[in-house]
Formats: sequence, C-alpha cells, structure tokens
Amino acid sequence: MSNKTSASPTKQAAAPAAGTAQSHLAPINANLTPEAKIGLYRTMVRIRRFEERSLRAYQAKKIGGFLHLYIGQEAVAVGCCSLMGKHDHVITAYRDHGHAIAVGMDMKPLMAEVYGKVTGCSKGKGGSMHYFDPKRNFWGGHGIVGGQIPLGVGLAYGVKYKGHKGSAMAFMGDGAVNQGAVHESYNLAALWNLPVVFVIENNGYSMGTSQERSSAGFGLAERGRAYGMAWGVCNGHDLYDVRATMDKFLTLAREESKPSIVEIDTYRYRGHSVADPDKTYRTRDEIEDYQKNKDPITLFQKALLAEGILTEASVGEIDTEARAEAEQATEFAEASPFPTADDLQKDVYWEVDNPDQKTSQGRIFFDR
Amino acid sequence: MPLITYREAIRHALSEEIERDPNVVVMGEEVAQFNGAYKVTEGMLAKYGPTRIVDTPISEAGFIGMGVGASMLGVRPVMELMFWSFYSVAFDQILNNAANVRYMSGGQINCPIVIRGPANGGTNVGATHSHTPENVLANHPGVKVVVPSTAYDAKGLLKTAIRDNDPVMFLENTILYGEKGEVPTEEYLIPLGKADVKRQGTDLTIVTYGRSVLHSLKAAEILEKEHGRSVEVVDLRTIRPLDIDTVLASVAKTHRVLIVEEQKPFASVGSQIAYMIQREAFDELDGPIHRLTTVDSPAIYSPPVEIEQLPNPNRVLKAALEALA
Repeated sequence: MSNKTSASPTKQAAAPAAGTAQSHLAPINANLTPEAKIGLYRTMVRIRRFEERSLRAYQAKKIGGFLHLYIGQEAVAVGCCSLMGKHDHVITAYRDHGHAIAVGMDMKPLMAEVYGKVTGCSKGKGGSMHYFDPKRNFWGGHGIVGGQIPLGVGLAYGVKYKGHKGSAMAFMGDGAVNQGAVHESYNLAALWNLPVVFVIENNGYSMGTSQERSSAGFGLAERGRAYGMAWGVCNGHDLYDVRATMDKFLTLAREESKPSIVEIDTYRYRGHSVADPDKTYRTRDEIEDYQKNKDPITLFQKALLAEGILTEASVGEIDTEARAEAEQATEFAEASPFPTADDLQKDVYWEVDNPDQKTSQGRIFFDR
Repeated sequence: MPLITYREAIRHALSEEIERDPNVVVMGEEVAQFNGAYKVTEGMLAKYGPTRIVDTPISEAGFIGMGVGASMLGVRPVMELMFWSFYSVAFDQILNNAANVRYMSGGQINCPIVIRGPANGGTNVGATHSHTPENVLANHPGVKVVVPSTAYDAKGLLKTAIRDNDPVMFLENTILYGEKGEVPTEEYLIPLGKADVKRQGTDLTIVTYGRSVLHSLKAAEILEKEHGRSVEVVDLRTIRPLDIDTVLASVAKTHRVLIVEEQKPFASVGSQIAYMIQREAFDELDGPIHRLTTVDSPAIYSPPVEIEQLPNPNRVLKAALEALA
C-alpha cells in the first residue's frame, strides 16, 4: 500500500500479516478441486471483460449516468461470494458489477440494465448502481455511501430470526467507514450478536480522497475493537487470502452468530466513476505498479499455472470466452427494447403490481 | 362496544398481529422493558418476550435500516419512532431504501415494514419534537401514509398496515393516546385509502385528518348550535393512498371547502387536496377553497402561544365562517 499517495502510515500500522504466503494451504483453498479453481479464475476474468466492455459502451454514449468499474478488485467479490451457502446473503454499494457476476448473475441482464433496457435485471429501473438478484441472495446494489449497511444488518437479523445458519456480508468502500449509519450498524450487530461480516473493500480512495485524508485513527477494520467485534485484514490481490480470511469470519458468523469487520486491501485501476479524470489524486506510476505487480487475475493465473491447473492454452481460451460472453451480452442489450412510459408506475407498490390481492382503496398515484 | 383509549387500541392491534403472524416483531426505543415511552406497548414484553418486543438503542438510522433489511427477508417489523420528528436522522433509510428498493430492483423485493409513532405538536416540546412529516413522506412514491384520528380507526388501520406488503408510515398523536372511543371486541380491519365521513352536513365540507378531526367536529357542533350552519367533516384517515372520491362527493353536496390540517402551509397535504378539488370539481365550487394550517413558523415552546399556532376549535370556527361567508 506504500504507493498510495504519500504512503499510509496509519494503515500499515494496523494491517499486520495481510496476505500470508500460506493462504493457499488453508483447507478452504487446499480442498478446492481443479475445476473449482478454474471456475474462480474464470469468474474474475469474466468480471474484467464485462467491465471493459461496459466502459466501451459508456464511451460510445450507450450508457447514461454513472459507471463505477470494478477492474482491479475482482478477487474481493469472487473470493467472498465463492464462500456463499444457502443462507448467506450479500449486499453492497454502487460498485456492484463484480458482486453481481460473482453471485452468478448472467451478463446479459446486467449489460441490458446499464443500457436502460427492459430486459435488464431491474427492468431498466435501477441502472449500474442498482443491480439486484434476491433469488441468489444478492440484495443490491445501493447508491448512497454506507446507506446499505443497516440493511445488511437487517439481513443478518432476518437470518437469525428465522433460525437459519447463515450470514450476511455487508460490503462497503473505504469511503463509507465514516458514515454514521455504518457505526450505528456496527453497534447493533455487536450488541445483538448478529451474523454479519462487514467487508471494507479498501481501494485506497474514497472518490479522490485518500484514506489518510479522510479517516482518523488506526486501521479501518480495527475500529471493530471499540465495539468488541472480531476484525481482520487481508490481501485483496490474492484470491486465496480473501477466501481463507473470509472463511474464518463467515464461520464465526454462521456457527457462533458473531459479527466482524474485515478490511480487504485492494485497488481500482479506473477512476471512482468513469467520469473521474483520475489525474488529481494519484500518479500514473502508482496505478501501473498495481497493474504490473499486484493484479489479482495475473497473480491467480500464475498460481494456477504453477499448480499445473491452468495452461497457457486454457488461459487464452478462458479469456476468449469471457470476451465473447461480454460481446454477446452487449448485443443482447443493444437489441433489447427500452421500457416504456407505461412501465414508470409498475414496481412501485407491491399492491399495485398484485391487483388480485389488493386491499387498499383510493388513489395512489397523483399525476392528474 | 367497549370504550378504550387510542393507546390501547394500538396496543391491541399490535398484540393481535403478533399472535396471528410469527414474523411480526415490535421494535424501538424503550418499547420493551420501559413499557413504551408513551406506554403504547405496556405489558407486551411480559406477554410476548424479548424476541417479539425488542428494545433498540437510540440509533434511528441503524435500527430503522435494520428493519428495512429484515423486511426484505420476510420479517414484518413494526418499528416505533419515539417521535416521528426523529425520522430526519433515518431519512435515508426510510425514503431512499424502504421507498425505492422495490422500484430499483424491478419489483423483485418488497418491504413489509410499518414505521409508527406520534407526529404532532401541542405538547410544548419545541420545534425539534413537533414535526408532522406526512406531506414529506407522501411525496415519496413507494410508501403509504396513514394518520388515524380515533381509537377505532387506529386499531383497524394498524392491523391492515401490518399485513400490507408495502412500507407503511403510521402517524399517531401523543395528545390522542388518552382519547377514548368505541372499539368492538371482535376482529375488524379498515382498508387503507378509505376516508370516513365523521359528520354529515350540507353547507360546508371540512377535509381533515388526525387530531384536527376532533377540532373540526367541535367547531362543527358550534356552527350548528350557534350559527345554524350544517358542516360535513371528512376524515381522510389515509394520506397515500388517498380517497379523493369521498372528498369530491362531499364537495358536490356542499359546494364549499375548508381544509384543516396540523401542517405548515407550504406544500402541505392540504395543498395537494386543494389542487385536486379545483382540478376535478371546479364547477361544484361556490367559492375559493379555504385552508387552516399550523401558523408558518417553527413550533413555538411557549404553551399558551402554541395552542394558537396549531389548529384548535376556535381557529377552525373562524376559518369555517370565512369559508361560509
């Protein structure tokens, strides 16, 4: 992390033993089949190709609004979501494309959503920041920094209330940790022993403000100590380390119904959003250093090549397939229709959408 | 029919729904061990235990947001705000998350949550504790807004709200908690979006809701006895959905309208009602639509002056005479 602007002394002090060289030996990784390892690699590649393709669509002015790319952070979402069981839930902020693909969502409705098409995962009503797939326990995709974290605590409350052995992973960026709602969530989770893992994806910058310019005190996860919560840090460039660390805290949630905070060091290659000129707060050299030396896909690829699981040929094949999949998703999005003005007032109220079960009377929309 | 207080009526609604549906949980500050800041939930912890009646820390953004998240998974939280005035610290959770999540997910998620508590002035608690946010809430498609004026309505509407699959904002009144009304012992529900004509009349329609209904009824009595004028009082009961048809039917009968509300005037609920009446019943009107609101300043502390800041029977009487002139 020393490359992040003027170095992050506080962060280094609070991040001992991140990314141990032994993570691949942890049972959660050692027990993976070769096919499963290839699957994890493939998902990271698919996320990156999807993001690159969506960037091109944005540059071609096919996409409106904001586009927050996940490029560089792939090992975080893939590592965390690969650990999900039936009663494990995920909620995140607006940089949500990686999580959506990592939980198993198809690229087509995702690309169609950023195109604002009716075939999108939210029928074109949510956009890039608001992907959802509750059938896969993926609860968004939320636009307000830190605003999703109380919802994540609520998911954990729901899991516990219903007597399920499960968890909620509540993802946020390093810019969310100073929001009041996040601290209120920490307190409630710790007070009531709720099975939630607060996952801080620390990519170094809250928009254009580095950690040392925004967060006081020691490490971000270490704040858990104040709430009597378990906490940890891990290397988000190393998929094995993400899985090994998160497995420990997810087990704590599922088995003992205890919350925790995990700070995952990661890095985004692109700006905060694609509208970010990305020139005022970090150097080109810093970005290139991460791309060359800490790229999560390259590192995992090297590991799997060394393990004899991947070959140069299969690496190329996976990449070609991912590019083709992103291209097909784009074609699907291009060919899909936009919603119509008639769709504006659908999906606002459950009751309006289910007229056979309606009990209310009176007027509920007020356009006249 | 037994006479019970508005407070007891709400407690009965909560209790019946807790007994009916294992997913219903009552949460809020001081609702359990303290027996409720306004004793609405008195005795419920002892009867239903700490899993169903849950004390929260003073942490509205946290616990309201938690309730919204839990409701997405099918829990049916009934969250108490000690005062609705505290909604401002949970605004993002209520009006970004609860109101929007169904829409932003393309209809994949719903939030069967009720947020309830008192929203009124008149108790000398000053500007921070006297907000009446029904207009602000109703300005957000995705939520429903209920403001009951009587014990009977409070019980029937709250039971419906708890069964509703959309987020329902339920605004009570600390001054009404002690008001008694007839409430049947057998179960009943009142649909949202159905106004109630609390008094029949022919000369003037007063459109109102919440505690202002009581003031309007008192004024109507005086108008009949002392001025020989017949006033109809329409209690909206629900702000969104809104039973505008009952209002329009009354206007067609009386041709004169006074709106009475405990709201500040700018962009109030009454502003919307007045717009709709002129748009849809213009030809029925024999004069301009009148409106009586809270006087347009922050809520004053000074007890005698606060009475005059809010609607009260005398102010309603005066406004009604102007509307009838």
